[in-house]
Amino acid sequence: MGKRILTADDSASIRQMVTFTLRKEGYEVVEAVDGKDALSKLNGNPVHMVITDLNMPNLDGIGLVKGIRANPSYRFIPIILLTTESQESKKMEGKAAGATGWIVKPFKPEQLIAVIKKVLG
Amino acid sequence: MIDAHREAFKEEAYELLAELETSLLELEDRPDDSEIIGRVFRAMHTIKGSGAMFGFDDIASFTHEIETVYDKVRTGEMPVTVQLINLTLQAKDRIRFMLDERPQGEDSQEPALQKAISAFKKLASGDGPTTPPTQYSSSRWASPSPLQEMPPGSNVTYRIRLKPAADIFMSGTNPLLLLDEMRLLGDCRITAQTDAVPCLADMNPEYCYTCWDIILTTDRGINVLKDVFIFVEDNCEIKIDVIDAVVPTEPEEDYKKLGRILTERGDITEECLNSVLGAKKYIGEILVEKGLVASDRVESALVEQQHVRKMREKAQAKEEGISSIRVPADKLDILVNLVGELVTVQARLTQTASSLRNAEITSIAEEVERLTGELRDNTLNIRMLPIGTTFGRFKRLVRDLSGELGKEIDLKTEGAETELDKTVIEKLNDPLVHLIRNSIDHGIETPEARIASGKPGTGTIVLSAFHSGAYVVIRIRDDGKGLDREAILSRAIEKGLASPNTELTDKDLFNFIFYPGFSTAGEVTSVSGRGVGMDVVKRAIETLRGSIDIQSEKHKGTTVTVRLPITLAIIEGLLVNIDRSHFVIPLSIVEECVELTREDAIKSHGKNIACIRGELIPYIRLRSEFNIPGEKPLIEQIVVTGRNGERIGFVVDAVIGEHQTVIKNLGKYYKNVEGISGATILGDGTVALIVDVPKIAKNVELAEAVFA
Repeated sequence: MGKRILTADDSASIRQMVTFTLRKEGYEVVEAVDGKDALSKLNGNPVHMVITDLNMPNLDGIGLVKGIRANPSYRFIPIILLTTESQESKKMEGKAAGATGWIVKPFKPEQLIAVIKKVLG
Repeated sequence: MIDAHREAFKEEAYELLAELETSLLELEDRPDDSEIIGRVFRAMHTIKGSGAMFGFDDIASFTHEIETVYDKVRTGEMPVTVQLINLTLQAKDRIRFMLDERPQGEDSQEPALQKAISAFKKLASGDGPTTPPTQYSSSRWASPSPLQEMPPGSNVTYRIRLKPAADIFMSGTNPLLLLDEMRLLGDCRITAQTDAVPCLADMNPEYCYTCWDIILTTDRGINVLKDVFIFVEDNCEIKIDVIDAVVPTEPEEDYKKLGRILTERGDITEECLNSVLGAKKYIGEILVEKGLVASDRVESALVEQQHVRKMREKAQAKEEGISSIRVPADKLDILVNLVGELVTVQARLTQTASSLRNAEITSIAEEVERLTGELRDNTLNIRMLPIGTTFGRFKRLVRDLSGELGKEIDLKTEGAETELDKTVIEKLNDPLVHLIRNSIDHGIETPEARIASGKPGTGTIVLSAFHSGAYVVIRIRDDGKGLDREAILSRAIEKGLASPNTELTDKDLFNFIFYPGFSTAGEVTSVSGRGVGMDVVKRAIETLRGSIDIQSEKHKGTTVTVRLPITLAIIEGLLVNIDRSHFVIPLSIVEECVELTREDAIKSHGKNIACIRGELIPYIRLRSEFNIPGEKPLIEQIVVTGRNGERIGFVVDAVIGEHQTVIKNLGKYYKNVEGISGATILGDGTVALIVDVPKIAKNVELAEAVFA
């Protein structure tokens, strides 16, 4: 009965690290390589949370957040943005689009888990 | 695991760098193509972000500078120039080099790297407004909030009012999780304010109408608290006030009145408060009745009041609990001595009171008895120390010795918290060192020998301590080769301690190693084998009124068990008398008392053996042992003592009863008297001698052996 988390990142190593960390904590993980891929993978499937990078080809993090919130099934799920400190404005933009919170890269696995616990319970 | 991630990152980074190169070359041809600029930026961004995550901090901080420049290019603040592309291409090569090499802490690249970084910095600041590059920090994920700093570590009580925006749910935030998180921080009381919830018809189920008052006492500091709300700072009204810092304030001052709390929170105004204060009712009731404030708010303020009061009580209790003072040990010894005297005087008082038969004096005597008892227990408790203080030293001993002898030994300790009288612990150190040395030297085999006999190469010595009645048991157990029965036996015969054809129990046999000069070690090592040792250990333990016992199984290991009284100052004793002399036998070894009539004594044909419930028990006549003249009574008493499964009776004239004994040394003139371990003063002022049971038993045993 693990909760399912979708992680969207164009960096394979970040995806791998996120997936590894989440699986170890007992979460189910769906991986997506960019925003577009993420939306197609959501597509009505039960997902309890989304962790997404900000800068991605095809559809970036902000676009993905907007896309997710536009779907009534995902209106209230927590969405976490992975950002770097230089993107303060993007962070605000993401929040305005409906992101729940953010994690500043680089982060440690424990920080990732702490944030998930915070927004997903 | 981390390495696997690092490898993955490296692979990815190589790909990205290759892509970056192509993009840069394309960019040279079409410097205005925003898509290509975006690609370059993204590549840098990913290398930076992922690099820092997998420990490539140098790459991350270097890439950060390039990223800053390209961020400007992207927003149109800076044009794409040939110079920029050249620099970036160089930088790309440099990153590749850093990935390849990973020269751990090698600085040969440093100047070149610094040059490249400063080139980018110059580029970034040269055009456009100068924005100082953000200091790159590698671990912080939530920027610290500039609010008044409370040093973490001291308990502070906060009042937090959390009022989420109505559309909080739209951002995927569940406020209840925030409350849960707060509960984890410390002692927390949460009241929900529901007065803003509209009636059902007007309610938008997707809106949040509730707000919460949280009273939280935590020592984690304001920043940790603010971090809880980091994601919701913008869409929640959050008010955090410090309402009670539990630094030793004047605790007699009671916490704020309810009215104060409500005005402070802005729920009512000062005028409202003053207008109702005239009436003599609970202020909360009045305010609600008058409709000045919702009952929820009053409820919540009351919660705050209660919480702070409770926390203050707790803090005070804790303060007392943890504070300690250092006192010289001799002051404690004086105190213990004085308490000892007091116990003696109290015993006299009790005795006198009972002989006077005066109800008033008896009741006073009883009161004094109770208080003295408590005083005694508490005083002795002060001197108790956990035995773990000595255990620590042994770790080093084992480490050094095992290295010296080429053995691999793991020391495990159990029950380090077991408390023992300070004086006992001090005197225990040397014997324990000896015993552990023995285990290391004679017990544990070399790794090769251990593996050959099917044991793990690393030997284990377990040092454990636990309470058992009025005793503390200390056990040293090793999983070595065990004692060599044959070697001990032949050595015992050689020394004339045993005859070749006697059957000896393990216990008897192992006891030989406590004889002076008894060593079976083939050669004298630096550690042991000189034959001074176990006899000294045994004597030391016995002066502490303890006992020592060995169990051993060949190839399995040896266990040495040391039993020690918890304290040396006071023992529970059984008071007996022989003629007019009083003696005390330690109660902890007394099993039972039975009568010995003349007929019984005659029946055993002159042998000092009594038959108690079918079991034959040898006894010793203390009267003859101590050469006390006089006629023995018709019916004597046998006090049966048990030690290590051996039962020996001591014949006395009469048993008087239990006696709390404060032990006094006999002084140096009587130091060498055998069979007496100390003295105590009785209620009427007479002296009673404390019988050294193990010593007498041993002496008699030896005497018998000589006769046999």
